[in-house]
Amino acid sequence: MDWYLPVIWAGLIGTAVAMYVILDGFDLGVGILFPFAANERQRDQMMRSVAPFWDGNETWLVLGGGGLWVAFPLAYSIIMPALYIPVIVMLLALVFRGVAFEFRTVSRSKTWLNVAFTVGSGLAAFAQGVILGGLIQGIKVTNGAFSGGPLDWATWFCLLCGLAMIAGYGLLGATWLTMKTEGPVSLRARHQAKVLLAAVLVFMAAVSIWTPLVDPRILARWLTLPNFYFLWPVPVVTAVVAYFCWRWLENGREVPPFLAAIALFLLGYLGLVISNFPYLVPPSLTVWETAAAPASQIFMLLGTLVLLPMILGYIAFVYWLFRGKVAEGESYH
Amino acid sequence: MAMDPVLLSRVQFAFVVAFHIIFPTFTIGLSAYIAVLGALWVRTGQDRFHQLMRFWTRIFAVSFAMGVVSGIVMSYQFGTNWSHFSHVVGNVVGPLIGYEVLTAFFLEATFLGVLLFGFDRVPPWLYVLSGFFVAGGTAFSAFWILSANSWMQTPAGFVMKDGVAFPTDWLAVIFNPSFPYRFTHMVNAAYLTTGFVVLAVGARYLLAGRHVEVSRTMLRMAIGLVVILAPLQLFLGDQHGLNTLENQPIKVAAMEAHWDSNEAGVPFEIFAWPNEKTESNDYSLSVPHGASLLLTHSWDGKFKGLKSVPPQDRPPVPIVFFAFRIMVGLGLFMIAAAFVGAFLWWRGTMFETRWYLWIMSQCWWIGFIAVICGWITTEVGRQPWVVDGVLRTADAASPVPGDSVITTLILFVLAYATVFSFGIYYINRLIHRGPEEPTETSEGLAGAAMAAAHHTTARSLPRHS
Ligand code: HDD
Ligand code: HEM
Ligand code: HEM
Repeated sequence: MDWYLPVIWAGLIGTAVAMYVILDGFDLGVGILFPFAANERQRDQMMRSVAPFWDGNETWLVLGGGGLWVAFPLAYSIIMPALYIPVIVMLLALVFRGVAFEFRTVSRSKTWLNVAFTVGSGLAAFAQGVILGGLIQGIKVTNGAFSGGPLDWATWFCLLCGLAMIAGYGLLGATWLTMKTEGPVSLRARHQAKVLLAAVLVFMAAVSIWTPLVDPRILARWLTLPNFYFLWPVPVVTAVVAYFCWRWLENGREVPPFLAAIALFLLGYLGLVISNFPYLVPPSLTVWETAAAPASQIFMLLGTLVLLPMILGYIAFVYWLFRGKVAEGESYH
Repeated sequence: MAMDPVLLSRVQFAFVVAFHIIFPTFTIGLSAYIAVLGALWVRTGQDRFHQLMRFWTRIFAVSFAMGVVSGIVMSYQFGTNWSHFSHVVGNVVGPLIGYEVLTAFFLEATFLGVLLFGFDRVPPWLYVLSGFFVAGGTAFSAFWILSANSWMQTPAGFVMKDGVAFPTDWLAVIFNPSFPYRFTHMVNAAYLTTGFVVLAVGARYLLAGRHVEVSRTMLRMAIGLVVILAPLQLFLGDQHGLNTLENQPIKVAAMEAHWDSNEAGVPFEIFAWPNEKTESNDYSLSVPHGASLLLTHSWDGKFKGLKSVPPQDRPPVPIVFFAFRIMVGLGLFMIAAAFVGAFLWWRGTMFETRWYLWIMSQCWWIGFIAVICGWITTEVGRQPWVVDGVLRTADAASPVPGDSVITTLILFVLAYATVFSFGIYYINRLIHRGPEEPTETSEGLAGAAMAAAHHTTARSLPRHS
């Protein structure tokens, strides 16, 4: 009984993580592109374009982590110690970039806060890539507890994933700035987006080739029949989306490149899900083996069904409220 | 040398949570204050309320950011450092945190954006309503996290199967025996703490002869608040202690450094050095029969002493004992300060009594210290358990080597010390800068809105949107 509850929860947490990656992705991306701005006025403008949203965006990270604990306590209690160092590095990086938003409005000298914002954003992105890589390459488990070493994540594959994440968030940030700002900032972002798009495609290809090599299970998932018949469109659609993203950037379109960047992220994400479902702690534990008590999953599900639509509603309201472009020199507060 | 990961994780947790709690304490109180100022402004149309609202909102933004980032750290600590805890009680504690995210964190984080940037985009009522949403969010947050913490102190509504807790009755879990006391005591603590900060800032301006009009408003509001809340806190704390005596008698024994269960007419120790070796108190200065009277409401009442359990089941007595005394001492000081202020107000000399203003201007930090000492009492007092009677702290930790934990602990200390110093410095700078004085255009609500929308400060440029 109740075999479907863990699946529903896996879907919900997957959604929360996807929301996080997209939403915080673009504001981390803006941080990654921060050093390329010409002057403080442009940096103010860039920051202003994300300032009303970043806190809400980051809350999806709390929901992703908290949700994992609620619904899959065993998975949470294995993954977190396994990736102890990258997780803490990510949190510390987020501390620095988070306070930079508010400190920058008060501080007279901005240099160090700009550094904190950029390094914090880049490092958080990198650490998240490493965490992802660490999950994909598999976690060593004995008797329902993590049994690997503290540096298991320090591999070339994880390094690659970390860099891929920086490029990916950079792309989201650049297309966001293209859409949300005007003047030189928007123009520069458009050029950066093209470079980053190319980088992202290279990274996606590299990860897609490397992953099946790391793990024969994943190779089998994609290349056996009949799976292959259903799965071949994923890379093809990815290529098509990337092509349009490029075209739209060339043609001076403003909103579509951002949407295309989101679509690229979702496709990459879908690929990962296909590779790993139903494993939550690859390669040993599935969503069913790590699920919380049904009573806990149901209790939380009821609340989620009521509260999540409300949350999405007021978040949409706030994005609508701050619609339109941010001009150069527009400070915040 | 391999270091003990459990001890290091405890130190790390204590450090990051003590750092975190400083900000919620202030933001729970300050968001409520801002919402009230907003309501007064919309109702009366008086500019001073609006000035104060804008002023405190800026300080709020800086504190809130530090609260958020340190809070995100907290939510991952359970998994990174207390993974066994997460597994054993995840079924019960997890959903409480989950509800906190859904009812509180999204609400406060999203509407904070409106409060900080929405002033010229929404009508005043919606702007003020956003303030109420943020304040409500912080209070909901306190509700759930304190429910989770209280459940760890006084677990209820669950059964243990194969070493894992399973919920049987959610209402019993949420409203566990110590929760109502802890929730009211902590929320009241937050309001009190903020009241004393507002009082200190108002007093500081009056002493310097700056911002006289709004400072008087701040003083009146703050004194009016703390003169009610400070005595209330004493009452709530007393009730809380009686509840603890019922549920965690050994914690109370440690708070009172009370060793012998058979002692009749237990004295209240004003000062003592609890000696864990001889199981008695050195250098004791005490009120005869005091503790019996307070805790059992009878002259010769007996209550459980520390010697009723073996030494390994006792918390570290001196820490609990002294932390408790500092909290209560500060609580009594707050009552005195509030009454003196109210008396001066009644005499009509509050704004001119410089010695009082000077003392109050120095006392902005007392609430924070009281809160931290309160938490130390509560948390250290329940040792060696992390979930009372269910899970020992020593069994709760993650399989992470000591070297990893010491590394992250050092990183946390360095990072937080930096962030904290700059945060305090910037908040102080905002206070030094002071509220903006009204401009000529500001007549009534519409004028105020215009003035704020187009205000120009020294370095920020006018907004045009
Ligand atoms: C009595 C209240 C209280 C207590 C005991 C705690 N917190 Fe807290 N927390 C809040 C009251 C609060 C708040 C008022 O809601 C905050 C503080 C300032 C803020 O920005 O929101 C917050 C922020 C905050 C955030 C960021 C929310 C966001 O993204 O907006 C997280 C993830 C946590 N907390 C998690 C925790 C955990 C895991 C705790 C315990 C170990 C904890 N908090 C103790
Ligand atoms: C926010 C104010 C809080 C403060 C200042 C505080 C303080 C502390 C301190 C000093 C310790 C170390 C005790 C020791 O090891 O001797 C501790 C431990 C702990 N507390 Fe709290 N605490 C707070 C709130 C909470 C809340 C809200 C929770 C849970 C929801 C919580 C859960 C824990 C856990 C899991 C430990 C680790 C196990 C342990 O060392 O006892 N704490 N806390
Ligand atoms: C005035 C006399 C006071 C008394 C008699 C009192 C009593 C208590 C008691 C008995 C506890 C321990 C509860 C337990 O865990 O078993 C406690 C905890 C605490 N106190 Fe107080 N308190 C007083 C004043 C204050 C003040 C002024 C503040 C802060 C402004 C404060 C903040 C706290 C906090 C944050 C805790 C930890 C959370 C909790 O368990 O409620 N207290 N107090």
